[in-house]
Amino acid sequence: MTDNVLEVRNLTMHYRTRKGPVFAVDDVSFSLARGESLGLVGESGCGKTSVAISLLKLLPDNAEIIGGEILLNGTNLVPLSEAEMNKFRWRRISMVFQAAMNALNPVYTVEEQILEAMQYHMPHLDDAEMHQRVDELFELVGLDPAFKNQYPHQYSGGMRQRAVIAMALSCEPDIIIADEPTTALDVIVQDQLLKRIREIQKQLNMAMIYISHDVAVIAEVSERVGVMYAGQMAEMASTEAIFHRPIHPYTIGLMSAFPSIVGEKTELVTLPGEPPDLLDPPPGCRFHPRCPYATSICMKEVPEFKDYGGGHYVACWHPGGEG
Amino acid sequence: MTEDRLLVNIKNLSKLFPVEAGVFRRAKAFVHAVSNLNLQIHYGESVGLVGESGCGKTTTGKLVTRLIDPTEGSIELNTSHGVVDIASLKGKTLKEFRRTVQMIFQDPYESLNPRLTIYDTVVEPLDVQGIGTIREREERVSHLLEIVGLTPASSFLFRYPHELSGGQRQRVAIARALVVNPQFVVADEPTSMLDVSVRTGVMHLMQDLAERFDVTYLYITHDLAVARYMCNRIAVMYLGKLVELAETEELLHHPLHPYARALLSAVPVPDPTYKRKRVEIKGGITKPINPPPRCRFYERCPIADNYCYRNDHPPLEDKGGGHMVACYKV
Repeated sequence: MTDNVLEVRNLTMHYRTRKGPVFAVDDVSFSLARGESLGLVGESGCGKTSVAISLLKLLPDNAEIIGGEILLNGTNLVPLSEAEMNKFRWRRISMVFQAAMNALNPVYTVEEQILEAMQYHMPHLDDAEMHQRVDELFELVGLDPAFKNQYPHQYSGGMRQRAVIAMALSCEPDIIIADEPTTALDVIVQDQLLKRIREIQKQLNMAMIYISHDVAVIAEVSERVGVMYAGQMAEMASTEAIFHRPIHPYTIGLMSAFPSIVGEKTELVTLPGEPPDLLDPPPGCRFHPRCPYATSICMKEVPEFKDYGGGHYVACWHPGGEG
Repeated sequence: MTEDRLLVNIKNLSKLFPVEAGVFRRAKAFVHAVSNLNLQIHYGESVGLVGESGCGKTTTGKLVTRLIDPTEGSIELNTSHGVVDIASLKGKTLKEFRRTVQMIFQDPYESLNPRLTIYDTVVEPLDVQGIGTIREREERVSHLLEIVGLTPASSFLFRYPHELSGGQRQRVAIARALVVNPQFVVADEPTSMLDVSVRTGVMHLMQDLAERFDVTYLYITHDLAVARYMCNRIAVMYLGKLVELAETEELLHHPLHPYARALLSAVPVPDPTYKRKRVEIKGGITKPINPPPRCRFYERCPIADNYCYRNDHPPLEDKGGGHMVACYKV
């Protein structure tokens, strides 16, 4: 397809630890269309944040991409040097982190921090235009531009998260990655912010990867959803299909374990066991020790991640629990 | 099943924290963390205390377990030896009270001592209370570990918290709370640190234990969807005040207080085809430092008027069928 802004093919990344390599991202492939909103959902340690930092190549010293391609508008980012990557970060692909306070520098005003990225990436703008743009960004994320000369500590949690989003939008990226941007916020503030993020994403026709452990938040912000389990993509389909016609037993379990305040009060299902230790993952399908449908093949061979029709991708030997 | 026998009766409970200033650390103002709170909890029920961070729900939990002392008010506990006021307990009676009331904390990574084995962690309350012989304690600890799903107990007894997953640690914390056979357990966000696939197991465990050991819960949470499954009744707190209290399904389907309505309408729904009707309110939550006497929700309320401005915070009143609301406009 030509309209994909991002194509990730067989991405594999590991962390070197004293006990051996941890394959946090293992053979993950997906694409992202221009202007599309993709949700990545999974539990802690499933590799969703590792995917995000791999895309930006913001890897800690002990992490390494050991295979696969990340094609951004056709350019493979994997072999690029730091200096070359810097031309892409913020400008083409930017990220909103979970802990907004840590993402902001406490000794600079919010405006100075937004200007810094623009001065590097958008040298064609003059000073007045940049200040004007900061005002526009503030209004876009729902902050009063009168606060732009304040320091991060003077902001509330919700305001900081909005400031970080403004910063991520400042250089007009093609893709924005939002990693649990609302997790630390209270429900009413979270709701206001989610609504604004969706509006911005549609208005700017920007592609977004929204990462969360919260199934309900993912349902509200994404058009398509990828479900990750133990470093691998278990299932990927339209949001509607993931929620109403899940095929992978893990997705089925996740959906029926998640409580809701609306609708019938259904019995919550418990998945047996716990997610595996990625230092020593189970052979074959990584979900097989917890899977109610597992058979001998699941313990030996890794299922292929393939299309079961209409772009509904699943990696399972018994999709939908059938033999 | 809920009976109508009262277990805990909280009357006019208040807790003020001083905001200190100046060289001599004089209290300049007070944060009204819990303000004039009244709540009755019956035998065998599970009452949810919900609200946003800073609303005073954890402070209430700590007051009820006497981890902190109240500024005003009383907390009557109906025990087999008659009614005692938790707020005025001292010395030996306070220690005995700790047998009856226990707490489960949010973060199983913080609440377990990393230098104690699982056995030492769970047996500690029995040691402190001087319950049973050493042999009996060992048996009781093993028995409880099995009950909370850490089987076989022998393989867990001499491990340390860092060797366990988050879900297993929280099961240890639950075993530790229940080892002294308490009647009343305050659970402060016991599942909010756990992943979805593990969380449901811990929720089911807590429900099973409630029936098995006749435990009554005060379940503190910010997550209304979890509260729906864990609680018979839900109390909504806002800036130290109880604003609404009703049976769980009644509250979720017919919230009356404007804050409760806004809060419920902001909860994301795990169904992409469901369209929420938002009740929008202004701004975010603030700290109740020396608040004016009027309704705490006045500044953000979409239906407040002059009457709300001029009068004190409205009392919690029964609007029918035990559905209590603190609002002049409902």
